[in-house]
Amino acid sequence: MGAPEFQTPPLKAYPVIPILQADAMAASKPYVAAEKLNEAIGFPGKLVDGWQEKAVAKLGELRDKYRSLRVFLDACVHCGACTDKCHYFLGTGDPKNMPVARQELVRKVYRRYFTFAGKYFPQLVGAAALTEPVLEDWYRYFNQCSECRRCSVYCPYGIDTAEITMAAKEVMDSIGLGQKYTNEIIGKVHRIGNNLGLPGPALRDTLQTLEEEVKEETGLDVRFPLDEAGAEVLVVTPSADFFAEPHVYSLIGYAKVLHAAGIRWTLSSHASEAGNFGLFIGNYDQTRRIALRVRAAALELGVKRIVVGECGHAWRVAYSFWNTLIGPFDFLDARYPVPQHVCELTHDLLERGAIRLDREKNDHRVVTFHDSCNVARGAGMGGIARGQFILPRAIIRSACNRFHDMAPETIHENTFCCGGGGGLLTDELLELRVKGALPRMEALKAVVDEHGVNFMATICAICKAQFAKVLPFYEFDMAMIGGVHQLVGDAIRLGRND
Amino acid sequence: MSALTLVYAGLFYAATALLVAGLAAKIAGYARTPAPLRIPTTPAPRTRAGVAGRMAREVLLFESLFRANKWTWLCGWLFHVALALVLVRHLRYFTEPVWTPVAIAQPFGVYAGFALLAGLAGLWARRFLVERVRYISTYSDHLMLALLAMIGLSGLMMKYGSHTDVVAVKAFMLGLMRFDLQPLPADGPLLVHLLLVAALMAIFPASKLLHAPGVFFSPTRNQADDSRERRHVAPWAAGLEKK
Repeated sequence: MGAPEFQTPPLKAYPVIPILQADAMAASKPYVAAEKLNEAIGFPGKLVDGWQEKAVAKLGELRDKYRSLRVFLDACVHCGACTDKCHYFLGTGDPKNMPVARQELVRKVYRRYFTFAGKYFPQLVGAAALTEPVLEDWYRYFNQCSECRRCSVYCPYGIDTAEITMAAKEVMDSIGLGQKYTNEIIGKVHRIGNNLGLPGPALRDTLQTLEEEVKEETGLDVRFPLDEAGAEVLVVTPSADFFAEPHVYSLIGYAKVLHAAGIRWTLSSHASEAGNFGLFIGNYDQTRRIALRVRAAALELGVKRIVVGECGHAWRVAYSFWNTLIGPFDFLDARYPVPQHVCELTHDLLERGAIRLDREKNDHRVVTFHDSCNVARGAGMGGIARGQFILPRAIIRSACNRFHDMAPETIHENTFCCGGGGGLLTDELLELRVKGALPRMEALKAVVDEHGVNFMATICAICKAQFAKVLPFYEFDMAMIGGVHQLVGDAIRLGRND
Repeated sequence: MSALTLVYAGLFYAATALLVAGLAAKIAGYARTPAPLRIPTTPAPRTRAGVAGRMAREVLLFESLFRANKWTWLCGWLFHVALALVLVRHLRYFTEPVWTPVAIAQPFGVYAGFALLAGLAGLWARRFLVERVRYISTYSDHLMLALLAMIGLSGLMMKYGSHTDVVAVKAFMLGLMRFDLQPLPADGPLLVHLLLVAALMAIFPASKLLHAPGVFFSPTRNQADDSRERRHVAPWAAGLEKK
């Protein structure tokens, strides 16, 4: 790869709302999916004849299927509350990255074809036909939204741009304008079982290697079982955990926790992926079919519990959607919630004293925690209000002595996206990803300068991959990013050494 | 009966019909459309009671807007509270005898008229002064503010400029409600005021004023965080399970 053709924005001491720079990101768009990628997952291969009418009809269909879309298209008053909330706007200054302006790309088309005012007074209310330039804008700017939902927290009507983005993506898929990165991955998860396209035998080899490595480190037989029928727990984790760094350290962390607690567990080759990119394209059927693999694997292996690894959007799908999409889970152990997050598992074991951590093992680290958007704004944990903020931090505090949160307006439900979520974690969008990370990088810089933070823990595979890539652009060490269970794995007491 | 009275009576019946029928159709559409997956935004209450509390804070205090932008919140909240008071005050033209709370609200309602205009002025200023808000403003955004401001100004003019025979106005309004038309005074500010109010009522269901019913149907705000305990299968999604 050549040198990037863009300037990394400077880190400022205080966040500054940028001056508008029209079309600053007009050149940013991901590769369009090739014919066979689209067709493999049931979409037209390429832009269909009569796409305009078909797209408008699809928009109308979605409006009848989703109350969110129907209400959100009507309710916006252009108050501007969201205009300075999107990380991509803050990082690029492109006005079409202001959430309301992004929504307007769909809303103006909706007005033109579905509202009285838009049909008869288009100029007055800002209505426009779905022309080729408008469709091009859709493709560009709905691929500059990571569906992180930060804008939705601040909207007085709760308008969620992610719902609009998902609808736009679904319309585009339905007329043959798919995005390569996402649609290719959805094809792989159906064909092979995981987003990375790691086949069963390769997965088995990888896990064996991990067993050997952990044996070398600890002298213990910590297992990484695959497809073991009769295990108590099925762990479903993002496939990046199998070999990407720093993801794999968290997988080692889960294995050590389960080993120390004496829980028989297994991974599944059929459901060797927690991620569900069906969410990113707003496609209910795809989201459901991808999730169904997990149900099938759990039934086939006869497990009693399902535990989800560190993956942000996977946890939103699992927590908020699984019961509806692939439930009921009446075949599992009723004593445990369905599904369970690995943080819930670990937190519970810590509370009960079933595992013990030595904080000193992490004394070389000064830790902060990056709340991942889908966990923070779209899911819960522990069955308690704000549990998704409390549990991971409680685990981190049990695993290390030095922890400092970033500024309050950048954590919890106010958290900034890493810049790579929603199906944008692809190299051709690097400029967007680097610039979109700016608000998080500024918050990180503040705790680095003030407290000497040298490790940013997170519970999302996309966050980990994104930060590992963009941290160096801001002159941070890429090894600063890691998982919560990486800290746990390094601190846990194993064997008979207590 | 003068032609003027007949025209205004017709205007108000038509505007009311458009408002009621239009809003009913819109609300029916929101209510009928399924919400297939739970998407409440954090902090999401875990119970229906919690949701009611969240919605009350959102509607009465504009909680989310307060978090987002203090100036917009201040102007917007001032405008809406003032509008509510002004509307309560106006109930005296539609009730006989006047309800006690409405009678008590009368003096506040007058001051609220000024607060309403102040709030509108602040909101309108943002559309010119803040670059981001200027970018997203459409002609209709400005026209809506102009309409509301003119309604407020013409109303205050009747109180502080050329007095209108409010007893006759009340007789006209009560007459409208009882289908027993009474003469409408031919005062300039009154006619402007009533014309614009009728216009506002007529465009309500076809405009961004739909944010008022919309907020109650907003899934990110009106759903409880209970999807791990309860399934929420939409009728059209149930069909997928049979495949």
